[in-house]
Amino acid sequence: MIRFLLNDQPRDIEYIAPDLTILEYLRTIEVQRGTKEGCASGDCGACTLVLAEPSEEPGKLLYRSINSCITFVGSLHGKQLITVEHLQQGQQLHQTQQAMVECHGSQCGFCTPGFVMSLFALSKNSGVCEFDPQASNGEAPGNQPVNPEQRHQINLALGGNLCRCTGYRPIMDAAAQVLADVQPDQFDARQAEVWQQLMDIRTAQAPMAGLTDPGCPVKPLTERRFFSPQTLAELVELLARYPQARLVAGGTDLALERTQQLKPLDVLVYTGAVAEMQQLTLTDETLIIGGAVSYSRMASTLQLVLPEFASMMERLGALQVRNQGTMAGNVANASPIGDTPPVLLALDALLHVDSAEGQQTLPVNGFFTGYRQTTLPKGAVISAIEIPLNKSDWFRRVYKVSKRLEDDISAVLAAIMFKVENGLILDARLAFGGVAATPLRVVAAEQALIGQPATLAGISAAQQILKQTLTPLTDVRASAEYRLQLTQNLLTRALLEFQQQANSDGSASVALEVGHYA
Amino acid sequence: MRKVELQGASSPENELTLATNPSAIPNGIAGLDLVSGPVGKPSRHESAIQHVTGAARYVDDLIEPANGLFAAVIRSPIARGTITRMDLEPVRKSPGVVCVLTVDDVLGHTDIGPVFPGDPIMTSTEVKFFGQCLAVVAATSELAARRAAQAAILEFEREEPLLDAREAVASQQLVRPSHVMTMGDVDSALASSHQVLEAMQEVGGQEHFYLEGQVSLAMPTEDGGMLVYTSSQHPSEVQKLVAEVLALPLNRVTVDMRRMGGGFGGKESQAAQWACLAALLASKTGRAVKLRLPRQDDMIMTGKRHPFANSYRIGIDEAGRITAADIEVIGNCGNSPDLSDAIVDRAMFHADNAYFLGNARIAGHRAFSNQVSHTAYRGFGGPQGMMIIERAMDDIARAVGKDPLDIRKLNLYGTEQSEPERTLTPYHQTVEFNYLPQLIEQLETSSDYRARRVAIRQFNQHSPILKRGLALTPVKFGISFTLQHLNQAGALIHIYTDGSIQVNHGGTEMGQGLHTKVGQIVAQTLGVELERIVVTATRTDKVPNTSPTAASSGTDLNGKAAQNAALTLRQRLVEFLAAEKTVSPEAIRFENGRVSWGGSEDMSFAELVQAAYVGRVSLSATGYYRTPKIWYDRTNARGRPFFYFALGAAVSEVVVDTLTGEYRVTRVDILHDVGRSINPAIDRGQIEGGFIQGMGWLTTEELVWHADGRLLSNNPATYKIPAIGDTPPVFNVALFEHENDEATVYNSKAVGEPPFMLAISVWSALRDAISSLSDYRLSPDLDTPATPERVLKAVMAVQAQCAQNGMTGGAV
Ligand SMILES: Cc1cc2nc3c(=O)[nH]c(=O)nc-3n(C[C@H](O)[C@H](O)[C@H](O)COP(=O)(O)OP(=O)(O)OC[C@H]3O[C@@H](n4cnc5c(N)ncnc54)[C@H](O)[C@@H]3O)c2cc1C
Ligand code: FES
Ligand code: FES
Repeated sequence: MIRFLLNDQPRDIEYIAPDLTILEYLRTIEVQRGTKEGCASGDCGACTLVLAEPSEEPGKLLYRSINSCITFVGSLHGKQLITVEHLQQGQQLHQTQQAMVECHGSQCGFCTPGFVMSLFALSKNSGVCEFDPQASNGEAPGNQPVNPEQRHQINLALGGNLCRCTGYRPIMDAAAQVLADVQPDQFDARQAEVWQQLMDIRTAQAPMAGLTDPGCPVKPLTERRFFSPQTLAELVELLARYPQARLVAGGTDLALERTQQLKPLDVLVYTGAVAEMQQLTLTDETLIIGGAVSYSRMASTLQLVLPEFASMMERLGALQVRNQGTMAGNVANASPIGDTPPVLLALDALLHVDSAEGQQTLPVNGFFTGYRQTTLPKGAVISAIEIPLNKSDWFRRVYKVSKRLEDDISAVLAAIMFKVENGLILDARLAFGGVAATPLRVVAAEQALIGQPATLAGISAAQQILKQTLTPLTDVRASAEYRLQLTQNLLTRALLEFQQQANSDGSASVALEVGHYA
Repeated sequence: MRKVELQGASSPENELTLATNPSAIPNGIAGLDLVSGPVGKPSRHESAIQHVTGAARYVDDLIEPANGLFAAVIRSPIARGTITRMDLEPVRKSPGVVCVLTVDDVLGHTDIGPVFPGDPIMTSTEVKFFGQCLAVVAATSELAARRAAQAAILEFEREEPLLDAREAVASQQLVRPSHVMTMGDVDSALASSHQVLEAMQEVGGQEHFYLEGQVSLAMPTEDGGMLVYTSSQHPSEVQKLVAEVLALPLNRVTVDMRRMGGGFGGKESQAAQWACLAALLASKTGRAVKLRLPRQDDMIMTGKRHPFANSYRIGIDEAGRITAADIEVIGNCGNSPDLSDAIVDRAMFHADNAYFLGNARIAGHRAFSNQVSHTAYRGFGGPQGMMIIERAMDDIARAVGKDPLDIRKLNLYGTEQSEPERTLTPYHQTVEFNYLPQLIEQLETSSDYRARRVAIRQFNQHSPILKRGLALTPVKFGISFTLQHLNQAGALIHIYTDGSIQVNHGGTEMGQGLHTKVGQIVAQTLGVELERIVVTATRTDKVPNTSPTAASSGTDLNGKAAQNAALTLRQRLVEFLAAEKTVSPEAIRFENGRVSWGGSEDMSFAELVQAAYVGRVSLSATGYYRTPKIWYDRTNARGRPFFYFALGAAVSEVVVDTLTGEYRVTRVDILHDVGRSINPAIDRGQIEGGFIQGMGWLTTEELVWHADGRLLSNNPATYKIPAIGDTPPVFNVALFEHENDEATVYNSKAVGEPPFMLAISVWSALRDAISSLSDYRLSPDLDTPATPERVLKAVMAVQAQCAQNGMTGGAV
């Protein structure tokens, strides 16, 4: 059984399809149809809802926007699900709704409930910026244009909501209006109470949270179950017991098998409630990211120690995806166009892998063996990812190139890192996504950099090797030629940025990326 | 210029200005002044509250009747061939399946082509495109139906698909005959011109990506008829086609359409198939059936904006003025005519955009291909036609070494006052009321074009990698359906005894604010508050035989029809009151929900209505409107296809990364002509939304077809429409101060489509940035969509050419 709050109503669910999404549940079982389906693949945000979860601070909830179309009902245990129907109080619109009305933020209205929910989450997190803690909390816009920091904050919050009608300007204005003066609301008033209710659910001594398909008999191999273990030990035991089980973290990859290919997912083991996997540990030497830590949760820590990684991650999916998705899921999914594997390769990261047989540590180098194939043993889970912090004196860049700036899959992702002393390259890492069947570190090109001067001439041999050894594909996102050209040109960009940084004598430098151009 | 207070956080940079002359009396209707009343006010969308609370119901949100079924479509996995085996037994045996139909089960018509035949509702023999509908299944849940559809066993004899439009024209595989418009003697003018330029251009198509996919819910009625709830821009056509496939008279079929979650042309002709399939299943099973296309099916199975292959040969004089233009536009129509005849015509009608061509030959071809049948999309071919002449403007500028803006100004149509000899279009309509010279001048100043041009040249000289580009492009867009009989509309107004009013008209609400504007028009005409009026769902049993809501004409046509109905009612009330109070009708005024008849006496509108009811006055009226003046003789390719032209211009600035081809649009300034605005907030929404949609078309939205004819960009993960960060940080929109010289409703102008084409300025600015690499001597090829990949390709081509010619390029 799982227990959660649907708005302020408690729900106990035991028998339901384990691979039912929240969107399907709301629209067909609860028959609440304010939440829309625009794609069922996480790309449009029409289905955006907000989850509230207890934070470590007593009485305080954390509000996060999610795509309900790719989130399973089973993951709701101990959470509050807030839907668009619940925002207004009687006839009184919620501030976010009011702002959308006043700014003419809706035309056809189909995207609007999703935008309102993203705005609602933004208003709840207006003091907590996902990536840049320095970002301003918003000057009163009044008659001022939305300032760049605030625009950035709003773009991050709403980048996963597509609108085909408005062109977004009025929605941007509505967001700025809300941020200028966030009003306390009924959710604030009930926050402590809800916090307690959710804590009670979470701490109740009960059998492991989970769901059982009403249509299928409970017996191994034919049963359809959703399990939500609380410890790593429970989790690995389940994996041993159910060889057909699939791990699910954010579900932002896995759920698409169900919603797009219509494959049933019979036994799901959710990592999100496993305490050990929710840890984030930062020491002088390493950063250890628990296997169930979402991108959003790791963002501010990453920003401290690996800002280039953090700023790329602002463009990994959209906020709804980052609120759910995990790095472990990205690595386990082993897509050649996943954004974090090349960076992890360049950083010489390690994977902590647990199974019924015990724990082992696998280097990311060598983990990817073929198209979506890895050395992860059967019945094992990535419990954490360990990133050594031994490259602080390296010049490090992570570049993502895609058709659209926001919420797009990379044509090429490049992690380029080198250590320079006295103008000579002493060591280097070059790793790419989108250029082969796996995320790829190009050792030969790294070797060609070592000992060379940090100049355009010095990188040309490495560029030749990239050109000769990489074998990208032509697909819907880019041609092989473009990808090949990008790998070389991005190395040029990195070099130019390095030179600019090295030569910087305080005089204003010329922008080299469109993102940096004011 | 009067500034309109828009609620919300509008900034000085984003301020909206509106042209309104408050004392003017529109169309000479006495007593209908605009000093007070709802017309001209930025009222919110009539459904705004429902939108933000989730209360607005779309077809998929209606509670299905108990026992209702859900349908899914079995579609062809190949683009061209013959079906050799279609075994649907596994589908029938799948859990939850109640009914499976093929074309053999259709009693009535099997061809649902909207204008010309060619669109079989399903096929069990020949396959002409990837995604073609083969069969349809109804089951007890959506998932069950979709899973069952996967179980079909299909075998084909495959054939090589035809995908290339130029190839199709070369081998004369056309869905409709070609058409040519001529003016003057092109060949001799070309021969005697100072210089002749030539170029080819591929313009990509566009997926509509309405957020709400295609959906219909069909419910059998007691008399063997059908009630259909559908998301369609053309309920009357859905009614007709449903009746035809069911072999019923039209009066047995009712279509109800409250709102669409976006249409953009994609639900003009191509919503009908899903309604027909749902109706067939409903008729067969006797149960309600809902058919909603999941996003991927929708993207695969419905037509897009036509990709075009264009070319020109243009003669110019020394100054860069066009003396002759030989233009060819080829629409890739897909496998059937659908609306392509009119779409390619409209591309031809706009291949001149705002420019006088002197001598012209404009040829338009309708190429067949083994693709889904391409269809209406905002601008209806107009944007694709304009692209070729806007390309030519930039090319001419590079050829003669002038600023492209000066070339554009030099080539504009003349006005009646100056250069009336330069006002004839290639289809022999005279351009009247051409305010573009003035409008462009105003925008050039307000956008600071010249100073920015200088600053950008300087920047580009000093910036090794990033290059900025700037462009101003105009739009002149013809308003009216080019199919004359569609230019008519009807409306129905009921006034109830409490003074509340229901309005119904033939137009459909897809987010464009049509119902809001029609409500404002009726409220204005009757002198009542907007809140008193409810505009109800479009229904074929209320207003029959309607035209599609398309061609930007929704307000022009339905607004007028509704106004006419309101005038009838008003006239009845005036006559009643004049007799009651023995005053002259001229003395009676309707304002703000009160009615006065001279002196200090007045009464509320509700009191008057109640009295009129008791006095046995009919409080329900229809209204009708047809557009005057228009005609087109297609045989001779001359006439006046357009009642008037909507005008506008935009300045866009971009910054381009010459290492990756990535770019950003940093600033956009728009001045657009909506005549007298009925609702400036809604008009601004259309302008901004149209612009961004147009920008998406020309930049990131790439349709990719595999060589075997499959559409690869078949979901939003692979097809990228603009997101919020693509909206330029500086986005200044102003309305041009001028009311429509033609007698449209309150002298407003249509606004749905024209702003879409303002986005051509973004594409032109990208070319400008790339051209800077050659010190503005080369005019780069840049097919669309101009993805970062295409931009980088153009950058490298210019760099290579510069290196070859020993020119100084700006690259590292
Ligand atoms: C709209 C959208 C945009 C996206 N954009 C991007 C993008 O820009 N860049 C990008 O890289 N990706 C993107 N993705 C893909 C996806 O979000 C990421 O790959 C994400 O990191 C997956 O994490 P998850 O927790 O959601 O994985 P899940 O979907 O839960 O799982 C993915 C796979 O990993 C397995 N798995 C999960 N956790 C573990 C574990 N701890 N140990 C072992 N196996 C495990 C699962 O069994 C499954 O096979 C996008 C997805 C969507 C829907
Ligand atoms: S429906 Fe599009 S993101 Fe969920
Ligand atoms: S208002 Fe139509 S999609 Fe946003």
